[in-house]
Amino acid sequence: MLRQIEGSRAVAETVALCRPEVVCAYPISPQTHIIEAVGVMVKSGRLSPCEYINVESEFAAMSVSIGASAAGARAYTATASQGLLFMLEAVYNASGLGLPIVMTLANRAIGAPINIWNDHGDAMAARDAGWIQLFAETNQEAADLHVQAFRLAEELSVPVMVCMDGFILTHAVEGVDLMTQEEVDSFLPPYEPRQVLDPDDPVSIGAMVGPEAFEEVRYLAHLRQLDALALIPTIAESFATLTGRDSGGLVHPYRTDDAEVIVVALGSVLGTIKDAVDARRARGERIGVLGITTFRPFPRDGVRDALAGASRVVVVEKAFSVGGEGVVLTDVAMAVGGRDVTLHSVIAGLGGRPITQRALESVLERASRGDLERLTFLDLDEAAVSRERSRIAAARRTGPSAENVLYDRATQGSRVAQEQS
Amino acid sequence: MTKRPVRFYQVGSFAVGNRLLTDDQRTVQSDPNRTNSIDSGHRACQGCGEALGARYALDAAMRAAAGRVVTVNATGCLEVFSTPYPETSWRVPWLHSLFGNAPAVATGVAAALRVKGREDVRVVGQAGDGGTVDIGFGTLSGMFERNDDVLFICYDNEGYMNTGVQRSAATPPAARTATTDAVGPEPGNVFGQGKDLPRIAMAHDIAYVATATVADLHDLEHKVEHAMTLRGARYIHILVPCPLGWGSASSDTIKVARLAKESGLFPVFEAENGRVTSVSPIRRRTPVEEYLRLQRRYAHLFGAHPRPDIVTRLQEIADENIARYGLVNDETEEIPVLEEAKEMVH
Repeated sequence: MLRQIEGSRAVAETVALCRPEVVCAYPISPQTHIIEAVGVMVKSGRLSPCEYINVESEFAAMSVSIGASAAGARAYTATASQGLLFMLEAVYNASGLGLPIVMTLANRAIGAPINIWNDHGDAMAARDAGWIQLFAETNQEAADLHVQAFRLAEELSVPVMVCMDGFILTHAVEGVDLMTQEEVDSFLPPYEPRQVLDPDDPVSIGAMVGPEAFEEVRYLAHLRQLDALALIPTIAESFATLTGRDSGGLVHPYRTDDAEVIVVALGSVLGTIKDAVDARRARGERIGVLGITTFRPFPRDGVRDALAGASRVVVVEKAFSVGGEGVVLTDVAMAVGGRDVTLHSVIAGLGGRPITQRALESVLERASRGDLERLTFLDLDEAAVSRERSRIAAARRTGPSAENVLYDRATQGSRVAQEQS
Repeated sequence: MTKRPVRFYQVGSFAVGNRLLTDDQRTVQSDPNRTNSIDSGHRACQGCGEALGARYALDAAMRAAAGRVVTVNATGCLEVFSTPYPETSWRVPWLHSLFGNAPAVATGVAAALRVKGREDVRVVGQAGDGGTVDIGFGTLSGMFERNDDVLFICYDNEGYMNTGVQRSAATPPAARTATTDAVGPEPGNVFGQGKDLPRIAMAHDIAYVATATVADLHDLEHKVEHAMTLRGARYIHILVPCPLGWGSASSDTIKVARLAKESGLFPVFEAENGRVTSVSPIRRRTPVEEYLRLQRRYAHLFGAHPRPDIVTRLQEIADENIARYGLVNDETEEIPVLEEAKEMVH
């Protein structure tokens, strides 16, 4: 049923249709609307049987999910940013134990400087945690991915993180076709755990594993991720058969068939990129887009095939490895390894900075002219950066850089007010 | 149900012989059908108080719950010595996740069991003092305040023994650890620090808080069994001497634990809903020095440069405990031996 609905609400409604048995919640923006809505559904009895537990931290949220999942319950939680980092030890533990927890990550920047707005720094920090990471382009896809995530997680005994851009998706109201309970039930069978804490069949889970077996256990986890590469398209296909929607899967190529330049990205920014590409296509440029829906496991073959015809690849990403370059770029470079293709890393949208079509087109213009550097920061205020660099070079106690830059970029009015106070 | 006071003692000791008790009061360990929840073959040190405490506590919990128990274990000695992969000593469903999250994991298990209508299955969380008073404190306090249906047991050996005897917030003053060495003008752990977790637990107004030692295993079993009759968050704090970390003889574990209680340094009591309901009185009041001298972690108080001033400060702590909990009463110093008991031992 098509409804005009907030992204968080659409996810909450869809998660409820997946019949989670234990939902653990700790508030952090911009994920709060999801857990609030699920909480109301549990409290009112609409979602039953389900235990909703308000915990004291994200570390506890993931830990409760671990316990619930190990005891055979379908477990769900949601977090963002600092919350993901605070629970990260347990995030690794959940995948190491092979527990099929599903978690929404409302992508948000990581501080310091503290910042509540969207980028992908949080997801990338958990890139190697052994979770499957799916990125939603729209709220429709965010909702749909959760249904697929539970099935995927439980078939493979691997936890799945559904990434949706904080605020841009979580707080956006748009049309979402919500599934019915019958549709979800037909797609998602009850959870049948591979391992469970059961007094009738006592097992030890989480034993000490030394050098004699650790590598094999880790390799098995890797193989499960490779299994996911095969399973994810199958699940997306059966989902498409059920709903008629092309949600999920590994990658989504857009106008790439004859493209010489292909822009690669994850998440909601794909919409803006497609507009920019359409505009340039209209002017005759052979340019396309590759959306990566499944980031972990990384669909190397799918990315390689989709980029096969391109001579230039521009990876637009909302995170980067400080001291290195774009995180997604590294994987794309691996996928196209050995081919003569020019790669660019465009870091954009950090801490919620808007990624405009105009700014994207200017970068793509430079790329098509051949004068785009390997690593570019979109809309960077270079003057503010060089002012702070000069201060640092000139004196010792220059104070916190974040506040200095903020001061530099503040409006003239607020600066006057500050000086007068 | 009123507890019948046990008045039968073997001559010359405070130990209660099983043969003097009715079947239902006999120790779980005397039962040939005990579960052996933590089975032989584990790799604890000789004389390990924690292995002993865990064995008695879990078997008692298993008897009380008719074998329907799931355990969650924090990282630490107990976890490491019991599950060197692929071997396991556990004959109960057992889950180890992390060092600092055992209470929260236990909450999750309890929630799953509740949602599945398996309320016959009970959850027991276990950790050492590091996993309880330090790194697991946040999740423990959260589990307490939500009153989740978990019995959490802390095996307190007063330090990080698994990592090589470092100080925890349960390390007593003056004790030598690898990070509070017996050097300098104030050797060993400093005074005025540390957490009294049983009292903090009581402040959460949870259903049941108790302390115990491995010197009185019957008392420990009783407290575990009583805790299992209750629902909601429950906490038992068991003093478990560590021969390695304390520098005590492996054969002295019970003796050291007993002296901790008899000196007043470790008060043994029960509390329900935030109020102390019973204390185990000191039977034969002992100066702390007698306890300290058995342990090399206090050797710097008695060597070539003795520190009677520090021993006095430790005695003051014991005296404060005795006053706070009323650990000494008029019956202290007596070994009650009833006529019928005398007859039975003849």
